[in-house]
Amino acid sequence: MHASQALDLARAQFGINIGFHILFPSITIGLAWLLVYFRVRYARSGDPAWLATYRLWTRIFALTFAMGVVTGIVMSFQFGTNWPGYMNKVGNVAGPLLGYEVLTAFFLEATFLGVMLFGMNRVPGWVHVLSAALVALGTTLSAFWILALDSWMQTPAGVAVRPDGALIAGDWWQVIFNPSLPYRLVHMLLASGLTAAFLVAGLSAWRLLKAGGDAAARGTLRTGVLIAALLAPLQIAAGDMHGLNTLEHQPEKIAAIEAIWHGGRGIPLELFAIPNRATRSNDYAIGIPKGASLVLRHDPDGELPGLDQFGDDLPPVAPVFFAFRIMVGLGVAMLALAWFGAWRTHRGRTAPRWLLWTFAGATFIGWPAVLAGWIVTEMGRQPWLVTGILKTRDALGDVPDAAIGASLTGYILTYGLLLLAYIVVLTHLAGEGGGETGGERA
Amino acid sequence: MSVDLPLIFTALMGLAILIYVVLDGYDLGVGMLMPAGSAEEQDVMVSSIGPFWDANETWLVLGIGLLLIAFPPAYGMILGALYIPVAIMLVGLMLRGAAFEFRVKALGWHRELWNWLFWFGSFLAALAQGLMLGRTITGYAGGFGYWLFSLVVAGGLCGGYVLLGSTWLVLRTEGALQHKAIVWARWGLAWVALGVALVSLATPLASATVRAKWFDFPHTLGLMLLPLATIAAGAWVWRTLGRSDWKPFAGAVAIFALAFAGLAYSLFPYLIIDRMTIWQAAADPSSLEFVLVGALIVLPFILGYTAFSYRVFRGKARAGLYEH
Repeated sequence: MHASQALDLARAQFGINIGFHILFPSITIGLAWLLVYFRVRYARSGDPAWLATYRLWTRIFALTFAMGVVTGIVMSFQFGTNWPGYMNKVGNVAGPLLGYEVLTAFFLEATFLGVMLFGMNRVPGWVHVLSAALVALGTTLSAFWILALDSWMQTPAGVAVRPDGALIAGDWWQVIFNPSLPYRLVHMLLASGLTAAFLVAGLSAWRLLKAGGDAAARGTLRTGVLIAALLAPLQIAAGDMHGLNTLEHQPEKIAAIEAIWHGGRGIPLELFAIPNRATRSNDYAIGIPKGASLVLRHDPDGELPGLDQFGDDLPPVAPVFFAFRIMVGLGVAMLALAWFGAWRTHRGRTAPRWLLWTFAGATFIGWPAVLAGWIVTEMGRQPWLVTGILKTRDALGDVPDAAIGASLTGYILTYGLLLLAYIVVLTHLAGEGGGETGGERA
Repeated sequence: MSVDLPLIFTALMGLAILIYVVLDGYDLGVGMLMPAGSAEEQDVMVSSIGPFWDANETWLVLGIGLLLIAFPPAYGMILGALYIPVAIMLVGLMLRGAAFEFRVKALGWHRELWNWLFWFGSFLAALAQGLMLGRTITGYAGGFGYWLFSLVVAGGLCGGYVLLGSTWLVLRTEGALQHKAIVWARWGLAWVALGVALVSLATPLASATVRAKWFDFPHTLGLMLLPLATIAAGAWVWRTLGRSDWKPFAGAVAIFALAFAGLAYSLFPYLIIDRMTIWQAAADPSSLEFVLVGALIVLPFILGYTAFSYRVFRGKARAGLYEH
């Protein structure tokens, strides 16, 4: 009883920390490359409108990046403060991957961000463009290393067990390029591209609602919409391939995603249901007959695994099942909105106000989709922390409940304040327009 | 085995922590000095650290990362023992890091609020780091006396950061603000002198292991060079304040390096004093080798572009100069 309370608190704290953190990298990874594009357009054309665009979005990027940095520092301490068992068991594998993230990504992005933000008039133009590109490279490298570690925890490979029980890496190539990394990395990078694209489109729409004639905002609205229209179908295809990879390596997660209690052939795709763990069946199920088999095996009579094949080590079914539907639903909505918006702004046509309002309302649509996706993949891995190797509860430290409760409260209050301020400042920045010039403002 | 990997990683980790303490020390110090400046001066003060703070904090991530990589069991034990100070430090670092961005974008009382949070976060982080240091020296022992000792250490570290921050301002500002910073630096120096003296006297009392290491004739005679050099560095800071822009900061860095050397000597070879040595806690050689190869390749680049960044942003800070 007592141990499970500490476990729940520690898991809640980790989930809230990492969930809050991922909001910001999911913008900056994509936005960093967009800034490179804006900066290069300005370098080539010398058009002040591109410079104004670059400056406005640099300010938004800087703010978002800072939020990512400060919440990320929390993560680097969390493993030790709450999950010492994780380090004892797999520290020999996890440590170096995190270390390479710091060495190859964190310093690069942090240092060149300074040059990018403040150095426009202090370094030659090409050095400034290069700095923007190095910041973007840093954010992507950071995503690569942390996803290598997360993917390894999902689908461990390339390790051996030492006599004392700790794991060591036998083959680093296999550890890093483990079976799920390519799919997860592509899926996350596309998710970040989509999140950033909708942010750009949404805040541009907001500016057009405030000041209709802003040519730069019309340009960035179109840019955001087109990028979203391009990435949304790619993301759906990548998601499908990621799902097939999960079916191969983590069938119990797929069984939870589709709430398949009993495996077999011709499994329906449940559009809605309330998974019932007690009866091991779905209540109020509305499904497409043979749909799941068709999607996952590309064959209506394909055989799928059921939760009944995995004993008691089951992930929580309902959260995974619902989170997956939220993610897919938002993905389809993004596709529809992006394609409609692309068509409606085609050949310089002006978007109607209701469409601008729709895009403004969808500014942060990437966030719930990203969070839902992470809930699917991380809760779908439970009760394992490292699949088949270490259970989450066995990694827990012996910090008292009260201490975890106190720190959790502190984090929640801080995060609430930061999130509120972030959204207020973002809408304020977008509303005031980006036409300012002068001095070393960059 | 010919190379002592745990020893190499201890040296790397120590270097990363020392660099962190000096670099983030000056920007935390500037943060703590915020209430002492006028509104215009506050903008200049923040400008002087704007391009650097983010990279400065990355050294903390590297330091803690090296502890995690090289000594996984110690990482868990230490951070578990430091749970509350770590949480306080993280909240402080989050508030001040966010305040950097928010204060230049906010208006009216919002701006005042973020200025205040910038000071508060800086102070909280510095205080928590001092507590962590104090707890580490005493091996995380419980009891009122040990916590009191940690508070003294925390006070001393705050003074040290104020000294670093004010000498940084002497280096990077001019005119009235620079004159103010000279006064702040003198106060900071007095505060540090008191803190270092108290900590140096109390540490041998708090730990028998440390006592045995320092009071071991004839080694003690050689070891006395360390406090003597620290006093000399302090005197140098005092003398050069008002006469040179860069010498006081260099002297403050020297004080930190010497104090760090003293602490390192006290603790070595323990990660957790009297309980866990660097060799007992070390990660598998296969992991250490893998990281060392990368570190040896990448670290020169990091040092190179860090130097480049300081070159780009050399010279005196002005208000709004680094507001993007």
